[in-house]
Amino acid sequence: MTVPLLFELSSPGRVGCRLPELDVPEAMLPESLLRDQLPLPELTEREVVQHFTLLSQLNYSVDTGFYPLGSCTMKYNPKMHEEVARYRGFAQIHPWQDESTVQGALRLMYELQEQLAEITGLPAISLQPVAGAHGELTGMLIIRAFHLERGEEGRNVVLVPDSAHGTNPATAAMCGYEVVTVPSDERGNIDVQELDRVADETVAGLMLTNPNTLGLFDEHILEVADILHRVGGLIYCDGANMNALLGIAKPGDLGTDVLHLNLHKTFSTPHGGGGPGGGGTAVTEDLRPFLPVPMVASRRTIGTEGESAEYYLDYERPLSIGPVSGFYGNFGVMVKAYAYLRSLGQDGLREVSENAVLNANYLLHGLKGYYDLPYDRPCLHECVFSGKAQAKLGVHTIDIAKRLIDLGFHPPTVYFPLIVDEALMIEPTETESLETLDSFVAAMRQIAEEAKTEPEQVRGAPRTTPVGRLDEVAAARKPDLKWQG
Amino acid sequence: MQQAMGLSSVDELFGVIPAEKRYPALELPSPLSEIEVRRLLADLAERNADLEHYASFLGAGSYHHFVPSVVDSVISRGEFYTAYTPYQPEVSQGTLTAIYEFQTMVCALMGMDVANASMYDGASALAEAGLMAARVTRRHKIVVASTIHPRYRQVLRTYTQGMGMEIMEAGRADDGTVDGSEVERLLDDATAALIVQHPNFLGCMEDLEPLSELAHAVGALLVVCADPIALGLFRAPGDCGADIVVGEGQCLGSPPSYGGPYVGLFACRQKYVRQMPGRLVGAATDAQGRRGFVLTMQPREQHIRREKATSNICSNEALVALAACTYLAVLGKQGLRKAAELCYHKAHYAAQGIAALPGYERLFGVFFKEFAIRTPVPAARVNELLWKRGIIGGYELAKDCPDLAECLLFCVTEMHTRAQIDRLVEALEEIGKQG
Repeated sequence: MTVPLLFELSSPGRVGCRLPELDVPEAMLPESLLRDQLPLPELTEREVVQHFTLLSQLNYSVDTGFYPLGSCTMKYNPKMHEEVARYRGFAQIHPWQDESTVQGALRLMYELQEQLAEITGLPAISLQPVAGAHGELTGMLIIRAFHLERGEEGRNVVLVPDSAHGTNPATAAMCGYEVVTVPSDERGNIDVQELDRVADETVAGLMLTNPNTLGLFDEHILEVADILHRVGGLIYCDGANMNALLGIAKPGDLGTDVLHLNLHKTFSTPHGGGGPGGGGTAVTEDLRPFLPVPMVASRRTIGTEGESAEYYLDYERPLSIGPVSGFYGNFGVMVKAYAYLRSLGQDGLREVSENAVLNANYLLHGLKGYYDLPYDRPCLHECVFSGKAQAKLGVHTIDIAKRLIDLGFHPPTVYFPLIVDEALMIEPTETESLETLDSFVAAMRQIAEEAKTEPEQVRGAPRTTPVGRLDEVAAARKPDLKWQG
Repeated sequence: MQQAMGLSSVDELFGVIPAEKRYPALELPSPLSEIEVRRLLADLAERNADLEHYASFLGAGSYHHFVPSVVDSVISRGEFYTAYTPYQPEVSQGTLTAIYEFQTMVCALMGMDVANASMYDGASALAEAGLMAARVTRRHKIVVASTIHPRYRQVLRTYTQGMGMEIMEAGRADDGTVDGSEVERLLDDATAALIVQHPNFLGCMEDLEPLSELAHAVGALLVVCADPIALGLFRAPGDCGADIVVGEGQCLGSPPSYGGPYVGLFACRQKYVRQMPGRLVGAATDAQGRRGFVLTMQPREQHIRREKATSNICSNEALVALAACTYLAVLGKQGLRKAAELCYHKAHYAAQGIAALPGYERLFGVFFKEFAIRTPVPAARVNELLWKRGIIGGYELAKDCPDLAECLLFCVTEMHTRAQIDRLVEALEEIGKQG
């Protein structure tokens, strides 16, 4: 089935939305500045709704099924969050309104900062970054500003483990750093000896993901932090995997100096097909002066009703790296994160991580023996298998992924982390039932069996989708990036 | 479950975490039920003065435009908002098709060849355009118009601080546009880009063609940050010599939401596509010849190219881009033009009314939906007195432009009725008389 595009459905003269008639006198238009054509589609409201409803039905989503995409934390999020973020007192307020008219919004942001500081063990936090990589950029610019403020201009290297997300080295490069890769040891930890060898006074920091992209908590985390701190470097922790640690450990207690959070992974904003997210960045007290301007702050005031807290935007931040967004961050996402934290409390948060870790280990246990397990030890929130045994039979990880689609599941993250051949990175999250996990294990075992007995069944997948495998090589060679009739 | 795994306790799974750091006490508020959370949030929301209760004349980067019900209906579909980035195309054709349509319509508005799947917001899109221009030209200097939104200029500085780039600002001419002769003086053969905003921060239409000639004469790119609603009426920057066009897409179907989530629009000429940041969706076919869409040209991106990527951006603003896509589809060719015309005429009606009041003066030349007014009473005081009358006034320009103390930037859109505008003018008249 080929779905017609908006432009193919368009018919001259159709209108989808009626705007009011002009109720003021017409002003003179500057003719020379006007455009003579506007090639947008012409459709009725009914056609638009039908089109997008049809499109939505071509998507797999958390609401429709199990989405064990590693490192993405595709948990189910309560529907209430969608509703509260749309309250007109949140959605219909303007970022330049006087602070006295948005005290509810500022208080929500302030309290969210306080709660996230408590969870991370890092006292100062900016909610301005709007995505994980945006938080990384903010964090690495803070590290840079910190060193420059101390006159340490020779620190031009950032260490990145070989298991890191691609955003880490890309971020370090955007901050002008040279990236040096540090290998992992045979247990999936950062190689401490190698780290010790490369850590010197040219190092600005280490970008560490913990638990890492193998789903493993670094067994030498305190030693790693110590090595960096001894040479004056800082620890940047990529908090993409924070879903494993809520109430279990505070990154700030483990030597982390800077941490970004993915509000859209851990703290309950659905991923939206690729955003919006929230990349709040938390730092130690020493780094507080460098956080983006403005910061949401509070002060006590005495009014007619006694003493109360007043919330404001603090622009007096001379050492700040500057703003990273047009305004204060993705406020709508903050409302959802706040609602989530107020629903859970301490015990609820710890249960989130316990169940996320338990579920991941259950899958690890269920698939061990069917797929190669390169690092055989208990994982935290996700587990990484290798499809290399199946690859020897001519069935590759990409085939396994596509076959899962036919069996009703979204595939795991594939071919990442790069240090595992034919990687399958599986993150079930805490919100899935035992029945779902069992049916996923059964499907994966079935595919392992098919790889031996009917490899064509796997290689030819998917067969149940609106399109089959698309020729990505041809698409990249001759890019067709917009409709041209 | 634990039994099946041979575990006596979940705690065993956390044995790897140093014991003295494990299970810290968290001082958090007690958990609440759904009823209680909603009540709590409703109470916080009601402490804010919202735009449905108060007429507001604030703009300056965030706009109150009409959002048809269709938009929220589409983006509220769980199939869209609970999906991930479309890495598995066979089960993501809904998202991929919509992004392809979005890219097409952004190109149409801007007069560009290629648009990406979105950036974080207008400010970060502008900063990324500066970085991209530096890659394209292998130069390190950027000339920015001082008539660009001050926050956007600051974000550009934040983004480029580690890259050893030089940012020069060209001043303002008397008519509120960038000073062309100063632009000419600052441009040289080390300049990667000239960046301007159109209409600019003060609401004025820049004269793009001469600026593009100046930039191109030294081999620099012209980057234009445009208001997409204005492009329903005005010539596309691509037809005026722009090489990269960016913009804030919030006005296309998203509420002001206290500053986010918004969406950055980013488009460029075909020849620069390989230096573009962000995701791109392209058409492809399957073995049976059926059309589908995929993420394409990924070797530019961080997950493939790592430290050599064109940007570190990964998650963008897909759902806000879907809102913009739906908005443009439902307004369509006629609707967007009409929305832009309503903004233009109503803003001019308001500007004329205010400028005719004793003591008030409108500054600068041709504008779209925002205009600067010099007030006879200190601008902050004007806003205070407007608020006493239940009106949220204009943006106080003194914050960013010291030479525009006692000036307010008013924004008028299709959301304002004639009665609201008249009430504003009357209130300003009273405030002017009170002195």
